[in-house]
Amino acid sequence: MTTSRAQQELEALEIELLLEAVFRHYGFDFREYAPASLQRRIANAIQAEGVKTVSGLQERVLHDPACLERFLLALSVNVTAMFRDPEFYLAFRRRVVPILRTYPSIQIWHAGCASGEEVYSMAILLEEEGLAPRARLYATDMNDSVLQQARAGIFPLEYMKDYTSNYLSAGGKRSFSDYYTAGYGNAIFRAALRENVTFAQHNLVTDGAFNTFHVIWCRNVTIYFKKSLQRRVHNLLYDSLIMLGILGLGSKETIQATPHEGEYDVLVPGEKLYRKVR
Amino acid sequence: MAFELVVVGASLGGLAAVEAVLSGLPATFPLPVAIVQHCRPGDGGTRCAVLQGRSVLPVDEVDDKADIRAGRVYLAPPDYHLLVEPGAFALSTAAPVAYSRPSIDVLFESAAAAYGAAVIGVVLTGANQDGMRGAVQIARQGGVVIVQDPGTAESPTMPAAALRAVPAARVLPLPEIARWLTALSTRGGERGRERPHGG
Repeated sequence: MTTSRAQQELEALEIELLLEAVFRHYGFDFREYAPASLQRRIANAIQAEGVKTVSGLQERVLHDPACLERFLLALSVNVTAMFRDPEFYLAFRRRVVPILRTYPSIQIWHAGCASGEEVYSMAILLEEEGLAPRARLYATDMNDSVLQQARAGIFPLEYMKDYTSNYLSAGGKRSFSDYYTAGYGNAIFRAALRENVTFAQHNLVTDGAFNTFHVIWCRNVTIYFKKSLQRRVHNLLYDSLIMLGILGLGSKETIQATPHEGEYDVLVPGEKLYRKVR
Repeated sequence: MAFELVVVGASLGGLAAVEAVLSGLPATFPLPVAIVQHCRPGDGGTRCAVLQGRSVLPVDEVDDKADIRAGRVYLAPPDYHLLVEPGAFALSTAAPVAYSRPSIDVLFESAAAAYGAAVIGVVLTGANQDGMRGAVQIARQGGVVIVQDPGTAESPTMPAAALRAVPAARVLPLPEIARWLTALSTRGGERGRERPHGG
């Protein structure tokens, strides 16, 4: 953290140079990330690397590939939870599942899935609703190391109390512990849950559409982006949805002020579930 | 120089203290007020409704990238950090800071970075030390820090910690805080004057 305005302006310049260098050298584009949160995470990375300045961090990121990996992890927020916002899942179960039943096969995209907690939540929901056999889930993230965690499906056991409570509030029909085995302080989720899941690297900032989907969830991903980048990502999400497809966002995100506000209907008032209608 | 933003922090039991401050602000209060009150993930609209019931200013839970407007009260949503950028708010689900999400430090530090000396930070009752580091940043940037008198706070830990870290902070009993904010808000008389906002 800086102490004076002059130092702060210097740091802002250094951050700009760092992001430009990372983009031009490695292709990872953080240039349109929202600055306040980015600044915090860069400060954390500086501390973790034991360097003194943003320029010191840049030197290491550009010359040490292992440092780049750590930097990418430090810059993306990968904190998520199973059945985060239970009422969203409950609304999905009640209002979206009946729509999905009308399709012989269902393509679902978790854009920015991080360590996969919400992917497993969706897989559990689909299984309980009898839709798992006809569903295909694509879980993507820009970060390969969090995808590896997602593939493993192993989460700390200490979180299961909260997750169980979320699961029940979300309309869960069984005992939550049916879905995992406890061991060595972890909850190891049943491999069958990810039978229909494809985990793959995809960067919402730099990669394009790769399929069309009945459902896309992009929850608490674009909050880290500037408005200009949010608009671009919403173009991609819109293009990737079938007509009448469903878009699910985080509880404090809104479709307003995106280029496609007028092309979605609010599916469930009060929940961030939208339907592409034109 | 005129002030442009008020940021307020209170911990879990601090809703009544926030109500006390808001109820004293007049309809003509010319600055935006951003509040982090520690809460649990499920605490939703009722908190907002309670505060709206005590305030003549419009009170809203913040949506991502909401514009920062004068004369409005903004509440950090449960389970998100609230950050200030020049002219707009941003949200984050990053790990808790000072055991808290939303965290007062995150709000205060980002406000200091975006608005510099134009920030007034208010630390109310609380049983932890969230807000201390943020208060330091506000003071370093030349902003004003107000601390609820620990002797009259329900939980003195948080205001006392902020006061230790920022000895120059103004210590006020709860009923005085709104009056001070109102007085400070018109200081300089050039509200809205253009000034550079660094990133």
